[in-house]
Amino acid sequence: MSAVVEIKDLHVTFATDADPVTAVDGVSLQVQPGEVLAIVGESGSGKTVTAKTILRLLPETATVDGAVLLAGNDVVTLGPTQMRRVRGRDVAMVFQEPSAALNPVFPIGWQIAEGLRAHGTVSKQEARRRAIEVLGRVGIPDPEIRVDHYPHQFSGGQKQRIVIAMALVLGPKVIVADEPTTALDVTVQAEILDLLRLVRDEFGSSIVLITHNMGVVADLADRVAVMYRGKLVEQASASELFARPQHPYTQALLAAVPRLQAHSSEPDGGAAVSSSADGPEVAAVVTAEDLEVVYPGRFGRSGFRAVNGVSLRIGPGEVVGLVGESGSGKTTIGRTIAGLTPATGGSLQVLGHEMVGFRERAFRPLRARIGFVFQDPATSFNPLLTIGDCVAEPLVVHGRFPDVHAARVRVHELLDAVHLPTAYAARYPHELSGGQRQRASLARALALDPELLIADEPTSALDVSVQAKVLEVFAELQQRLGFATLFISHDLAVVAMVADRVGVLHRGELVELGTAAQVLGAPTHPYTQRLLASVPVPDPVAQRERRLALAALRA
Amino acid sequence: MSEETPAPSDLVEETVVVHGTSTEPRWKKLPLVWQLRRSVGLQRGMLVAGLVLCVLFLLLAVFAPLITPYSYNELSGPDGNFPRQAPPSAEHIWGTTVGGYDVFSRVIWGARTALLVVVVAIVASLFLGVLLGLVSGYLGGWLDRVLVTIADAIYAFPSLLLAIVLSIMISGGQSSFLGGILAAGLSITVVFVPQYFRVVRAETVRLKAEPFVESARVIGTSTPRILGRHVLRNATRSLPLILTLNASEAILTLAGLGFLGFGINPTAAAEWGYDLNRAIADVASGIWWTGVFPGAAIVLLVMGVTLVGESLNDLSDPRLRIRRRARTAPPPTPAEPVAEGAPR
Repeated sequence: MSAVVEIKDLHVTFATDADPVTAVDGVSLQVQPGEVLAIVGESGSGKTVTAKTILRLLPETATVDGAVLLAGNDVVTLGPTQMRRVRGRDVAMVFQEPSAALNPVFPIGWQIAEGLRAHGTVSKQEARRRAIEVLGRVGIPDPEIRVDHYPHQFSGGQKQRIVIAMALVLGPKVIVADEPTTALDVTVQAEILDLLRLVRDEFGSSIVLITHNMGVVADLADRVAVMYRGKLVEQASASELFARPQHPYTQALLAAVPRLQAHSSEPDGGAAVSSSADGPEVAAVVTAEDLEVVYPGRFGRSGFRAVNGVSLRIGPGEVVGLVGESGSGKTTIGRTIAGLTPATGGSLQVLGHEMVGFRERAFRPLRARIGFVFQDPATSFNPLLTIGDCVAEPLVVHGRFPDVHAARVRVHELLDAVHLPTAYAARYPHELSGGQRQRASLARALALDPELLIADEPTSALDVSVQAKVLEVFAELQQRLGFATLFISHDLAVVAMVADRVGVLHRGELVELGTAAQVLGAPTHPYTQRLLASVPVPDPVAQRERRLALAALRA
Repeated sequence: MSEETPAPSDLVEETVVVHGTSTEPRWKKLPLVWQLRRSVGLQRGMLVAGLVLCVLFLLLAVFAPLITPYSYNELSGPDGNFPRQAPPSAEHIWGTTVGGYDVFSRVIWGARTALLVVVVAIVASLFLGVLLGLVSGYLGGWLDRVLVTIADAIYAFPSLLLAIVLSIMISGGQSSFLGGILAAGLSITVVFVPQYFRVVRAETVRLKAEPFVESARVIGTSTPRILGRHVLRNATRSLPLILTLNASEAILTLAGLGFLGFGINPTAAAEWGYDLNRAIADVASGIWWTGVFPGAAIVLLVMGVTLVGESLNDLSDPRLRIRRRARTAPPPTPAEPVAEGAPR
């Protein structure tokens, strides 16, 4: 059989303010009919640009060289009119963010029919009939009624199903799926992956899957192409690649993927582990009793209960992980402890200070004893201050040093502690990579030797190998300095790597709390079981078994 | 992963090339200079043309006494009174007005008045607007509501009417040089303050939710320090742009005030709007020089400032900014950070 898509020696170059940047450098790929080809790589590796070239969805600043043969046409040389004919009919796209890919002011049926209308005249009834049919096939319940609904009336997972339905309605030979599950929770991700498998089996479309998640690759892909800095470094069948990676980059990439197992807390781990078992005589850093956080509603409506009756205790030097899906209230708990969101009910003692009805003025001295690491390293630094100024800021604010210059030695010490060259103190945040910035963020949080660190999804914006480095630095410093940590993440595997105890949140309630080994090894709550089973592991053979186990659990 | 076997990403990290800023001298990062260095093609042409016009008028204003043969209020030379409505000649290269003033001298001196008023108007509205916007946006609450309502109310007035009322209130209709300039400048200020207020307030509200401001709050930074160190400088990025666009509006408002007779006395300063007003009657009788030159001066200065503003606007938006096209075969740049510049 001939390939559906054949990419030959593709080069893509972008014009920027500085020198031109080569995003894709000599990539050759083939997609066979009915095959799922995964293109993996870290951000900036050129995987998205390669895939978008198939639809020629590149900005004007791009210069494309080479050939992309799609059903006999060279996409690179097609005119705009011919290109429009090819899109949708021969190749379709599924975007990362389903809520952004749907137009909020039109019913979904109309949006699906839009693709049909663009490729020939279809009567209204016919378009509607086909929209209903395809919605039914992607698993939207009651498609006859739902076809007239608007995007906001669907959940995130359903929206992604609708986006897939839009891609399918013209029966394209290839679907390009750009991180189709990255914006979704793991339990929903598992469902969408099942749907994509169904798309390949029933519709016979080939899928080009772009992802950074090796678990997703292991779950869905037949063949894997690994990209690194614009070049294709390795191409192999999925089972082959995971079992015997050839290129050193692929090996490092796979090694950096966190595994789903509790970290072994060695006995010499010292005070950190023992203190959690010591019981109440050691004053806890954080004690929550039936904590409630209600966000005020709009005028005349009741508020939204983000956190409901959570009881939690963080002992000195203890790392407590909080996991949950989006909307589970995990970030709210972190922000409440840091005094960014007011607690509304129950009781929350932070370093002996009652946070329900707290006053900023009274709490401010205590802030020196709390550090906070934000999720997005790109926005958590003032873009106009150097890294050195940012790290020195807490030292100056709390009067340890009169000004930024006096704090220089301490700043260098801190940068050293997070393994950043001290010369970086003079750089601006945008001159650092994401991982470096997150390490600098850690340095800032630890500047005042806090007793409590709150890390809100500190690694979820990072690539896996960078994530591994950040987690390693965190674990090392935690061991050395012995601060207590609330580690918030949606990624069970990451929490497993660092936490002594793990709490699982579901819709504002703490459904399970125990040692990492307990929660991950023998979960008791059905939600935790489902959550654990939904996480794809980077091993095609093991993942196939887990998939069956999950199906059994759902039934 | 141990330190000895660096992860692939570490290789990228260490070789990041910054077309960046901490290594560049400070002057290259100043507003205008930064944009000028980055612009290409039509946008560069617009910016350069605008800058040339503005600098030209600036020089005219500064060196007016040296350039002009007469002062703006001179009515007589060594050989007696100037002729009235005389056509361009060797003594009066752009002719004289109905009042007997030398048109060339008044047009050049007029640049000084216009620029002074622009500076007064913009400095006053900038300080007031930015301060109010910062405080109102960051603190919110009832103060914010009151200030926004007042700003909206000022918007509702026709701006020229407001300027007229204020100029009467400030100068009482009689105007000396300084009094006239202050009156004109401050009456323009009142019209512009709400604009700066709105822009800075909107930016502040946005920045308030940014993680770096929240991280300053978590650290325990006091509110004045957050405003001064973290919010202010980030909120004022779009100001150079509004500034230039407002400057052209200020020139037009001043000319409008002068034209309507609320400007500065001809004996106190040269003012294009006043000269235009006096030239109305001349137009019908074929005396073109009294109207064309001040009019052209207004058009050119406004055009220069607007060109600068428009090109700044285009350059500040990465989607509108024109870049040099990448050559099809770029030189191999192994240390190029691919992530930067590549669209996500």
